[in-house]
Amino acid sequence: MTASLKLQNITQKFGNFTAIDNISLDIDAGEFIVLLGPSGCGKSTLLSIIGGFLTPSSGTVLIDDKDMTLVQPSIRPTTTMFQDYALFPHMTLRDNVAFGLRMRSMGRADRATKALEFLDMVGLKASATSKPHELSGGQRQRVALARALAVNPDLLLLDEPLGALDMRLRRQMQDELKAIQKDIGTTFIHVTHDQEEAMAIADRIVVMNTGVIEDFGKPTDIYMKPRSQFAAGFMGEVNFIPGQLIAEQDDEYDVETAFGVLRLSSRAFTAGTPNVGDKTILCIRPEQFHLTADDTSKQFLCKAEIVDGAFFGTHFRCQLKTANAPDLLLIAHLSQSTSLRAGDNMDLHINPQDLIALPTDPLSS
Amino acid sequence: MRRKFSSILSWGYFIAIYTFIFLPVVVLVLFSFQDGNLPIPPFNGFTLKWYVEVFADEKLTAALINSLSVAFFSSTVACLLGFLAAYGLARYRLPATAFQRVLLTAPLTVSYLIIALGLLVLFNWIGVRLSLWTVGIGHVVINLPLCFAIIYASMGDHQKNIERAARDLGANSLQVMVLVTAPMLMPSIMAAFFLSLTFSWDEFIIAFLLSRFDVTLPVEIWSLLRSGLTPKTNAIGSVVFLMSAVLLVLLEIFVFRGRSKHDG
Repeated sequence: MTASLKLQNITQKFGNFTAIDNISLDIDAGEFIVLLGPSGCGKSTLLSIIGGFLTPSSGTVLIDDKDMTLVQPSIRPTTTMFQDYALFPHMTLRDNVAFGLRMRSMGRADRATKALEFLDMVGLKASATSKPHELSGGQRQRVALARALAVNPDLLLLDEPLGALDMRLRRQMQDELKAIQKDIGTTFIHVTHDQEEAMAIADRIVVMNTGVIEDFGKPTDIYMKPRSQFAAGFMGEVNFIPGQLIAEQDDEYDVETAFGVLRLSSRAFTAGTPNVGDKTILCIRPEQFHLTADDTSKQFLCKAEIVDGAFFGTHFRCQLKTANAPDLLLIAHLSQSTSLRAGDNMDLHINPQDLIALPTDPLSS
Repeated sequence: MRRKFSSILSWGYFIAIYTFIFLPVVVLVLFSFQDGNLPIPPFNGFTLKWYVEVFADEKLTAALINSLSVAFFSSTVACLLGFLAAYGLARYRLPATAFQRVLLTAPLTVSYLIIALGLLVLFNWIGVRLSLWTVGIGHVVINLPLCFAIIYASMGDHQKNIERAARDLGANSLQVMVLVTAPMLMPSIMAAFFLSLTFSWDEFIIAFLLSRFDVTLPVEIWSLLRSGLTPKTNAIGSVVFLMSAVLLVLLEIFVFRGRSKHDG
């Protein structure tokens, strides 16, 4: 089963501290949503509110358009997969998976059959009579997933479920989670602080910071067209170039920066179009710098000198100094085949279409 | 040379300390097999006749059964109440939690004699006749703090999340407690249970002051002793010791198994 989720003006206060500040969110049935943010941003608190473990200070939780704000976790159509798995240590895997069905008064034989089906789905049917302490971390993870899905929830809530796994296992579990989610169609809401994980699995990502939603959208949009400086910076390395809007004409905007006047289209202003004279911040990803203008879409930006560089496997990461903006250290990811050393000079080119212009963030400026 | 010396010294210490602890028990057990009427050296020869006499003595066997019943009953009640108190204090927000914890464990510091006297006065006052039940109640009073302390110490936050998961999957509060919390804490509950059993099994002062016609084994042994030492008292003493040893081994097994499981 699957259901939509609507959060309306959710606020959660702990004493004087506001953990969630007036959040509203609309999630469609069958989506794989990732709540992404640094620790302390309120993402786990929000998940607890959706799961019913916390009653928000104000606001409404609607699941399938029914008000669930005050409904106990035991009768909500949600189940949670906990970070520490929270398996029942004294029960076999089969009894662990069958527990929710037992609570729903399903007969012994039926729930054993059903539990084996779900253990089979996660590839652990052969270990049905083992106890959790006999399993590895990844296997426990799978049992927790099977147990949460066995009761056929409308919403599965995953609280940093892959946090304790090593890198390779994490990648593998991400693929499996995504495949299982597509297969059964249940709405998944997954909490993580790992932006790569978010991009790997999410249909849509909710970027959170200090209790508010900074950005919400498809991984490509959040990476390529972030709507806040925080979202841009959290999704990966980014260069922020301060500028000022000096002219507007026919859907084209001139922004004056240390690198001269750059002409942007209105699409670059993802957080709304500013007025002429406003300050703005231009964002460009390190991989969007080019050494040559190999086609007409690219234009010369400036001359730069390498301060430092390191080989990262997929790219060369260079720190660059420019004469135009001596205080600004640019980060560029250049192709693996470039052989450059500290002190070398180069021409930097950009495609103006890659630029995003954001309002200046009062916190980070 | 020096190494050899220190090795001899540590072996000497090892032997001395275990002799000190166990010599009385060894002597007790040895002279329970004494072929003669006095449980004192010299050892005349080996016989089982004192054990035969112990188990032929109706008063002694009745007292043995009384002791077992009181021990099982009082330990079960003490464990149950201790578990409920620990669960309540660890899982719910209650007023003055720290103070209640102190209050629950305080009887550990009061001597059994005082507890027995207090209960004796109380039972007289409210008109409860002394019986094995009153002994059992006395043993619950002394073992409850112990059970509470052991079980409370084993309740951690990790289990809290597991209980959350059970609730999330549809269990109500009672189901969480019975199907998840209690089985999860079973090693420490069993440890508390067996420790209570040994304490109740050996206990004399409360059993002496709070019983009347039916008595427990330590009280019966005490009245036996008043008519003088015979190898029979050694034999019944050895039975008591054996029982305690068995309980201790069971305790060790449960605690040990519990630990290894948590590590895994």
